[in-house]
Amino acid sequence: MLSVIRTLWNVFLHTFQPRETIQYPEEKPNLPPRHKGRIILSRDPDGGERCVACHLCAVACPVDCIALQATEDENGRRYPEFFRINFSRCIFCGYCEEACPTYAIQLTPDFEMGEFNRQNMVYEKEHLLISGEGKYPGYNFWKVAGVKIGGKDKGEAENEAAPVDVHSLMP
Amino acid sequence: MTTTIFYILVIAGVLLVPLNLAAGLIWLERRLLALWQDRYGPNRVGPFGLLQVLADMIKIFFKEDWIPPFADKVVFVIAPAIVMVTVLMAFAVVPFTSTVVVANLNIGLLFFLGMSSLGVYSVVLGGWSSGSKYSLLGAMRASAQMLSYEVFMGLSLMGVVLMAGSFNLRDIVEAQHKVWFVIPQFLGFVLFMIAGIAETRRLPFDLAEAESELVAGFHAEYSGMKFGMFFVGEYMGVMLISVMISVLFFGGWLGPWLPPLAWIVIKTFFFIMFFILLRAGLPRPRFDQLMSWGWKIMLPLALANLLVTGALVLAFK
Repeated sequence: MLSVIRTLWNVFLHTFQPRETIQYPEEKPNLPPRHKGRIILSRDPDGGERCVACHLCAVACPVDCIALQATEDENGRRYPEFFRINFSRCIFCGYCEEACPTYAIQLTPDFEMGEFNRQNMVYEKEHLLISGEGKYPGYNFWKVAGVKIGGKDKGEAENEAAPVDVHSLMP
Repeated sequence: MTTTIFYILVIAGVLLVPLNLAAGLIWLERRLLALWQDRYGPNRVGPFGLLQVLADMIKIFFKEDWIPPFADKVVFVIAPAIVMVTVLMAFAVVPFTSTVVVANLNIGLLFFLGMSSLGVYSVVLGGWSSGSKYSLLGAMRASAQMLSYEVFMGLSLMGVVLMAGSFNLRDIVEAQHKVWFVIPQFLGFVLFMIAGIAETRRLPFDLAEAESELVAGFHAEYSGMKFGMFFVGEYMGVMLISVMISVLFFGGWLGPWLPPLAWIVIKTFFFIMFFILLRAGLPRPRFDQLMSWGWKIMLPLALANLLVTGALVLAFK
């Protein structure tokens, strides 16, 4: 009986407690930076696309919502000819971000993606690409990768030694 | 002539105000429950979400009114009306002030007890005519619960009757000019309060509908406005018990400074809020616990209260 009265009193004291609810449209929730929301494609510090169209994200995607086509530019840099994410299928699991070898695809704390028309949920590359570097500033895949592209030969990447000449017998 | 008009106004008021307030109580309950659970509750539609009630009402009127093919149709339709009728009939004898009362019966208290007992028919018939096992279980629980809690509900009020010397509710209020009956009859007040909660099938004694075990108990098969009638009837029952507590134990309309009607409204709303606090705070007991409390604790206490009060009234006469 005493516990009943104490329960009632403790519940009553909640009258003076602040409310937990966030009044959403007026008041925005404070989402952590790693919140898995809208997917973006980031760029190198020099402005080039980070995506090398390796298809790993499309393979990792459990709901098959990513579609892309690889191509090469005149310098030999691979990039996606188109990159399409169907957000009406996307479950925001973040596997694509984990799979990405170049930090290109990233999930951001934006979640306000509601649309009246389902077709508008399909995002093309121009909708996905942002002008910044996202969560990994300063990372430039083509500068650290040992791949030969126009303007950068083998062994000229950062932290990379010149390639060994396997046909030479010199020590 | 003026008395006739006044009388008609009182009747219209007693009919309409509880009905509309019952709808308003849905809003009050949702806001208060939210307050005690650190939420906001409905606060979008209209000022403070007050128009939420209107929106809910429109919705419930336009819902499909479905009668299951296995139901006993006539009884199924009548059952929700019974709860409304009995509660509104009980409101007829409630003295809101010394003048605002529909029927000043000399057995007003007995009439109130009788009407609130008849209310159980709505639950039992509704649950039985639905023809589903959950409804039947709810109705069975409701009838057992009401039978056992009605006994000491009446007995707990007999102390008040002994002290006031009358069954007339107006005389009972007038007898509280010196001291409210809650002080000499505190045990009676507590017993009546508990019996009242059980009588209105409110939490923690809502075993008849018990969502977590019986789907929705006796009104599992009801939809649309028939369900709404059960709902509104429950809130009117809460209002009735609250107004009866203030009339029988808290001096009804008596109070300083404010007009009498204001006092009874304040007291009634205090108890309505207490009912909602009970819902926010307490879990539901098991059915056997409920029954054993009723018969083994509450009934002996009510009898002892009656015995002691009777002895004291005789001794000091």
